[in-house]
Amino acid sequence: MRITQGTFSFLPDLTDEQIASQIEYCLGKGWAVSIEYTDDPHPRNAYWEMFGMPMFDIRDAAGVMTELNACRKTFPRHYIKVNAFDSTRGRESLRLSFIVGRPAEEPGFGLERQEGPGRSVRYTTRSYATERPQGERY
Amino acid sequence: MSARVDPTPSRDSGEPTPLRPDGAKQEDALGNPLDLEAAYRDSHVGEVLDSLDRELVGLAPVKSRIRDIAALLLIEKLRRAVGLSSGPPALHMSFTGNPGTGKTTVAMRMAEILHRLGYVRKGHLIAVTRDDLVGQYIGHTAPKTREVLKKAMGGVLFIDEAYYLYRPENERDYGQEAIEILLQVMENQRDDLVVILAGYKDRMETFFRSNPGLSSRIAHHIDFPDYTPEELLAIARLMLQQMQYRLSAEAGEALREYIEKRRVQPHFANARSIRNALDRARLRQASRLFERKRGAISRQELEAIEEADIRASRVFREHHN
Ligand SMILES: Nc1ncnc2c1ncn2[C@@H]1O[C@H](COP(=O)(O)OP(=O)(O)OP(=O)(O)O)[C@@H](O)[C@H]1O
Ligand SMILES: [Mg+2]
Repeated sequence: MRITQGTFSFLPDLTDEQIASQIEYCLGKGWAVSIEYTDDPHPRNAYWEMFGMPMFDIRDAAGVMTELNACRKTFPRHYIKVNAFDSTRGRESLRLSFIVGRPAEEPGFGLERQEGPGRSVRYTTRSYATERPQGERY
Repeated sequence: MSARVDPTPSRDSGEPTPLRPDGAKQEDALGNPLDLEAAYRDSHVGEVLDSLDRELVGLAPVKSRIRDIAALLLIEKLRRAVGLSSGPPALHMSFTGNPGTGKTTVAMRMAEILHRLGYVRKGHLIAVTRDDLVGQYIGHTAPKTREVLKKAMGGVLFIDEAYYLYRPENERDYGQEAIEILLQVMENQRDDLVVILAGYKDRMETFFRSNPGLSSRIAHHIDFPDYTPEELLAIARLMLQQMQYRLSAEAGEALREYIEKRRVQPHFANARSIRNALDRARLRQASRLFERKRGAISRQELEAIEEADIRASRVFREHHN
């Protein structure tokens, strides 16, 4: 099951060239680009691990791509995303975030239904990957 | 090679100018005529070359080498446009010369030239020394070097006193690790950044001899000569003009003598010593005006560096013993 999230979730995975030009756009706007990875891609998991510091003083996308390739090499079977943070006063939040790396096999999610009072149902999505402990998932 | 192409201002018909005087037009891959003058004009590289000429005194060999390189890069661009390929030109350089001979200043202009000709994407210059690249303990160096390289991408990485990267007396020195990472990037990411290594000439030569891998990746060696006394005086006048000061005639004479004496003393650093001397003269001028503490002060007085401001230097005292 191919997981999608973030700014370009409706598109096929971007090529490296497309990733680089998105990053170039972000740098042109003065946003700080950062790289994060996780092996728990649940849509409500907001806490991905940072790969190094956010890059505040990079001038060219090639610098970020170097870092991204290092991340892919270190975590070949994790999900990886690129974030762009806009520090402008009043904005101070992410402007852009998209997936740039994913494992070859994605086990996907199971849906659990819990019977509640009055025949109500509560739903839970659980990643099959997280059945195993961190670091052994993919 | 004297491939400096001066744009002819009068020709403005909109008609592309033929490259060859016989009127034969050359065409690029799409059949569009090629125009050397237009390419030169559009790159605006002439402005950088001209300001280099104007704002830097002397350095004739350096300036002509830089013109040669600019010409080569411009021609290479046109060659590529007609589908002639000779591989991407090698751009890494070494600047050798004594302290204060203008290496850092020229490197900044070089970054601008490379940017205007489209050989680096951004054209900024990151200046570093050994301490920025090499770490203190195992596993520290590679991330440090990569961090610097990331920042320099799209521009020029200027490594001052590059020979400190290599310490043959210590075989476990981490500098070697930085050199290896540098080599890789210089070879594989030629489109992403240009490296300029700088330092004293003799020590750079030793450094290159013990690091043939590095030396073979350097395409252009440019040597910065020491300035003559006349050039140093001209530099002083240029600096004063930029700082909006004036030298009285006697002060000019004093400065000339100052330069004669200072040049042969230890720790002389060419143009930098001149800049420092002028900063001290400004200090003395300020206290001289301040001591007077009389009411009105004229613009002329504020502008003027007098003989006394120069002659009060330690350089004169030590030689009058
Ligand atoms: N030819 C010149 N004309 C005018 N000013 C100059 C010239 N050369 C150097 N300067 C000035 O002298 C100062 C020192 O120059 P710069 O820092 O480029 O020297 P450097 O060769 O890099 O020295 P170092 O090896 O000590 O780093 C600068 O302020 C620069 O503007
Ligand atoms: Mg310098």
